[in-house]
Amino acid sequence: MSATGIYNKLVPEPTPHSAPYWEGLNQRKLLLQKCQGCGKIRHYPQPMCAACHSMEVGWVEASGRGTIYSWTITHHAFHPGVRQDLPYILATVVLEDGVRMNAQLRGVPAKTLCIGLPVRVAFETVKEGLTLPYLIPEEPA
Amino acid sequence: MSLREKGAITGVGETAYSKESGRSVLSLQLEASLKAIEDAGLKPTDIDGVIPYASGVVAEDFITNLGLPDLRFSAVTPLGGASCVAAVQCAVAAIASGICNHVLIPVGRNGASQGRIGTRVQYMPQFRVVGEFEMPLGAIAPAQLYAPMARRHMELYGTTSQQLGEIAVSTRANAILNGNAVMTKPMSIEDHQASRMISDPFRLFDCSLESDGACAIVVSGADRARDLRRPPVVVMGVAEGHPDSPSVITQRPDLTRLGVAKAAPRAFAMAGVSHDDIDVAEIYDCFTYIVMCQLEDLGFCKKGEGGPFVESGAIRLGGKLPINTHGGLLSQAHMVGMNHIAELVRQLRGEAGKAQVADAEIGLVTGYGDMGDGSVAIMRRG
Repeated sequence: MSATGIYNKLVPEPTPHSAPYWEGLNQRKLLLQKCQGCGKIRHYPQPMCAACHSMEVGWVEASGRGTIYSWTITHHAFHPGVRQDLPYILATVVLEDGVRMNAQLRGVPAKTLCIGLPVRVAFETVKEGLTLPYLIPEEPA
Repeated sequence: MSLREKGAITGVGETAYSKESGRSVLSLQLEASLKAIEDAGLKPTDIDGVIPYASGVVAEDFITNLGLPDLRFSAVTPLGGASCVAAVQCAVAAIASGICNHVLIPVGRNGASQGRIGTRVQYMPQFRVVGEFEMPLGAIAPAQLYAPMARRHMELYGTTSQQLGEIAVSTRANAILNGNAVMTKPMSIEDHQASRMISDPFRLFDCSLESDGACAIVVSGADRARDLRRPPVVVMGVAEGHPDSPSVITQRPDLTRLGVAKAAPRAFAMAGVSHDDIDVAEIYDCFTYIVMCQLEDLGFCKKGEGGPFVESGAIRLGGKLPINTHGGLLSQAHMVGMNHIAELVRQLRGEAGKAQVADAEIGLVTGYGDMGDGSVAIMRRG
């Protein structure tokens, strides 16, 4: 939030191909596209399956569990809306479903970051009609 | 038909590089274009092809201002920082097919005094997918989008920030020898390590400049080039390559492999030369790590060995493979890599001044852009 309480970060502009993904986030679900032609799961949403070229799309709910593949820790505000978040970790994560996602990782000290660290997806509603994913450390089993 | 030795760079032109030009992007590009045309010994009316950079300046602007009577060819090569070398491929293809004779390729920007990169990319179609799915989460600028590639390389291969720093330091040393560089203060590894963190592992001195200015080249048919004013620099081999998952780095199967890895074997095969034949190389350097990754993807060292390779002093003037002898995007100016082509031409003409690599006969230049697009050209003294 800005000092005036108005949400001032960049906001997504959903397309017909991605609208179910964003609607899923609003229901605190991470939805992934599943090709109805060959069953391949893909992310981020696209109109066509690159493997079989089917444009028939279904949606499956991801477990939300994954492991860290890489990361960066941002110390510079490239947009006024992220200034109060600095520094923040952006993690590239391999989901159990095989695809990757990128999101902010919270609750993990920078010095403990490593490839393979287990994380899971959480959700936060940042403004009316917009829920975003972020990542937290997976609880030990 | 191969493009091997079908085209040559016959003219180069550059404006002064600065942080505030006080002029329009179009006027900067026109100045650089006139200089390149004059350098080639041509008249503006000889230009019958133009490949503008996606900067809001279009072919019509060059027809109007240069008074081109019969432009026969125009195209754009939208590969971000790989655009300039990809435009050379496009120009040589157009010339070799008989469409036109002399292609002008201008680039220019007010990158420092007007829109900064974190804002500019939000409007670029190549960043559309990232714009929807990653920018709202805070992954906005190229430094943030590319840093996970560098971090992965560091974790897999033990690459260090000091090794990245060697690229920044050696490039700065070269900029100091250039008469038209924005950054002229010496830099040490300690200075690099003390520079503020932007997006880990990228410190400020791992990042390229934002610059104002323009640079242009003229590409002509190799046969006609011999009759022009300057010694031609012949394009022996040229190629572009697109990485896997070209719109989103997050989804790329191998985070440490760029598009140039696909282009390099094609360019070397076309040129008919080996890595040991390359006397000097101008490697696109938007970030230090991008240089290191390209050195590996080009085959100058094995994957994962880029750190020890640069640490050995190989890339310095006098080293095994001197690179970015003009100071690059890191220390001369960010002119989208057209300044890399201009420097390679100077090196192969023997006009690189204090940064001249002795007896440079064959050189290589690359481009890198957007989410990993690559381009590479191998040229020789004509």
